[in-house]
Amino acid sequence: MRGIISAAGYVPHWRLQRSSIGAALGSGAGKGNRSVASFDEDSTTLAVEASRLALRLAPNSAPDALWFATTSPTYMEKTSATILHAALRLGGDVIAADAASSLRGTSGALRSALRSTESSVLVASGDIRTGMAGSPDEKDGGDAGSAILVGESTDSAPVIAEAIAVGSATREFLDRWRAPGDLRTHSWEDRFGEQRYAALATTAFDAALKDAGVDADQLATVAISTPRPRAAAALSKKLGAAGVTVADSLANDVGFSGAAHPGLLLADVLDTAEPGQLVALLVLADGADAFVFQVTEAITAYRASGRHLSVRRQIDDGNDSLPYAKYLSWRGVLPIQPPNRPEPARMSASAAERRLDWKYGFVGSRDRESSALHLPPARVSFIGGNVDDMDPAPMADVDATVATFTIDSLAYSPSPPIVFAVCDFDGGGRLPLELTDVGPTQVDIGMKVEMTFRRLSTADDIANYFWKARPQRGAGANTESGS
Amino acid sequence: MASHGIKDQVAIVGMGCTPFKEHWDKGLDDLMVEAVSDTLASAGVTKDQIDAWWLGTAQSGMAGVTLAAPLKLQNKPVTRVENFCATGSEALRQACYAVASGAYDVAAAVGVEKVKDSGFQGLNAFPVPNDGTQRTLTAAGMFSLVAPAYAEKYGIEPTELRRTLARIASKNHANGAKNERAQFRREMSVDSICAMPAVAGMLSVFDCAGVADGAAAAIVVRAEDAYKYTDKPLFVKALSMVAGNGSGSVDPTYDYTHFDECEAAARDAYSQAGITDPRTELAMAEVHDCFTPTELVLMEDLGFSERGQAWRDAEAGVFDLHGDLPVNTDGGLKSFGHPVGASGLRMIFECWLQLRGEAPADRQIDTVDRGLALTHNLGGYPGDMVSFVGIFGNRTD
Repeated sequence: MRGIISAAGYVPHWRLQRSSIGAALGSGAGKGNRSVASFDEDSTTLAVEASRLALRLAPNSAPDALWFATTSPTYMEKTSATILHAALRLGGDVIAADAASSLRGTSGALRSALRSTESSVLVASGDIRTGMAGSPDEKDGGDAGSAILVGESTDSAPVIAEAIAVGSATREFLDRWRAPGDLRTHSWEDRFGEQRYAALATTAFDAALKDAGVDADQLATVAISTPRPRAAAALSKKLGAAGVTVADSLANDVGFSGAAHPGLLLADVLDTAEPGQLVALLVLADGADAFVFQVTEAITAYRASGRHLSVRRQIDDGNDSLPYAKYLSWRGVLPIQPPNRPEPARMSASAAERRLDWKYGFVGSRDRESSALHLPPARVSFIGGNVDDMDPAPMADVDATVATFTIDSLAYSPSPPIVFAVCDFDGGGRLPLELTDVGPTQVDIGMKVEMTFRRLSTADDIANYFWKARPQRGAGANTESGS
Repeated sequence: MASHGIKDQVAIVGMGCTPFKEHWDKGLDDLMVEAVSDTLASAGVTKDQIDAWWLGTAQSGMAGVTLAAPLKLQNKPVTRVENFCATGSEALRQACYAVASGAYDVAAAVGVEKVKDSGFQGLNAFPVPNDGTQRTLTAAGMFSLVAPAYAEKYGIEPTELRRTLARIASKNHANGAKNERAQFRREMSVDSICAMPAVAGMLSVFDCAGVADGAAAAIVVRAEDAYKYTDKPLFVKALSMVAGNGSGSVDPTYDYTHFDECEAAARDAYSQAGITDPRTELAMAEVHDCFTPTELVLMEDLGFSERGQAWRDAEAGVFDLHGDLPVNTDGGLKSFGHPVGASGLRMIFECWLQLRGEAPADRQIDTVDRGLALTHNLGGYPGDMVSFVGIFGNRTD
């Protein structure tokens, strides 16, 4: 049996109230919130965070392949998936490649993963959705990550949703386009794309149903990911009439998250689906791809594992106090005066590669004799002085407590001030770390924090990634030592 | 294995120090030429009589040529040294050991920093290529961690500690106001300092050292030769340097209320000098008050106050100009300014003036009869620093 072993969405902490856009621009009020990636997040880090959540749900499964889909890649030429590969500490024989940089990358990679002969494949995606100030893309977009681990069912890593059928339809037509590096996506007249998509959606959906040998009314839920909500209106109406639930598109709470959206919707559906149910995912992106899954009994234990962090929980945990102007500054549209300090120097490629597991995997070392934790890893122990007698100490999934903290308004930051805390890890060990997703007045000694993979800075177009700490989110965070 | 020290084996016989300020009109060479000229004149020697030179600069220049070229030294050994903010002290330490070893008769230590050409506020370390995982906090941010930790440990209300820190800054401003070489010469009241906006933790810019350009220098000879150059030499009683292993950053038992490296350096220095009760034996101390909480905990690390009592002693005026043990009588880093490579030698320059009775009348200490002065210089961050402690006296035992 092949299908989905785990699926997770990552909804970043910050929300922009759509009404704040209208208030700033003197235009009409909007409803609901869109999700916003923080200044230290990009499509790669969003995908890393989602992948960490997905892999945490499948501790006995190691992917054989990794695909990363985004329409907002940090690099051209250079692969971003290898950064995920390093942050997730996948094996050297695991291929990591980008399915960039169009909306269809995700469903293409998902389809390939479902039809692959590899025992498991991770399809990760992340997107930062931008648009001109006041534009529908800015308002209706949302930033998110998602990750779907696809593979053969095993006793130790059972599938929670069996893949029943896939259907696709493809036809070239010009609907939406964006030049590399631009914030603005252009589009042809709405009605042209809507009608073309409507036809493709029906074709792909019908093909999948036929392949599955089921009628539409046997489906419990259908999730539809589309940059053109109205293109799915007719199909949604028909499904509704047949008693099928059309899943929340998350338009009101997140927005359309581009390449991340199919995985986000699928994770959200699987967060509540019941064993035996048939669920479908329909992705409209320069064509249409339909997937039909049947939920298995394994989903019950999966959700009860204590490692499950639902999309809804993340939506509820969001902070909607972000001012529109700060949002614009985070996206580079409204440059903010930084402290008058030198900007960070670019990282050294060779130094970073030497410490790959530290920089990307957050792996320190632990002295075998004294158990003293060394961050970064060291060869000589600060307790006892033993040389080269240490074990790797993976700390990315170990939570910590704030021992003391400070707010630094003088240090360079793309979004000052820096909130900085001395973090004591559960089970021993300490590291002073920058905090993120937190305001300067929201930190306390004794606060529980968890690690998060972020982009610290950018210099010479080199994105410098490392780990920060953020206030512990949701239930089910792993509090056990990772060593 | 031992730290024997070189007590009373060498002496400082000449010193000079430029004003510390924003020297927009003077470059590195000007600062070195001026400090060295004053120093040579003070000892009554010419540059050709100096056998060997040590130049301390953290990041204003590299190699001995940085000094040899502007001074036009002829075939002399010149060594550039660097040890974070303790660079100036390190230059003196090397010169002293060179003379004590017998390798040279006369050595000079020069400390200099030209920090105001960077175009940025504050001090900015020269970036060594690295993996990009280093923390990005300012020194102010790092040292600001000390204040809440100290308040928590000793049950002090943060507002009360805020006033104590302001009192330390106010004291150093009052001393600096009397010093024509100091960068900031304005007295600051405790209330006005408390009213300043915080920039790092509870610290405002008035809790931070001044950032200035400047240079200072000293000439060292064997103790038995000292009186050939001056009738008031300063004898070196102790020189101690400790480089920490950085474990404070990752050791959960470190509580940010003390600096192990400073304690260790002080212990070593007192042993070298034969001091058992620094609070009563020392006439004065110049300490590395890069930030006000630093001076606070140094009073305990250096043994001037019991643990948890420095804030009471500071409030009681123990470390005031006319207190039991005057600290930073020249204004300290706070008011005198902090040209990194020069600061260690600037501290010794103040000891030179005070122990020779040459400080201006309005800031002469009352304790000069004790005859011993301490300088303390550190570089780095809480839990990850180097520390120097030197002790100097105006007579031999």
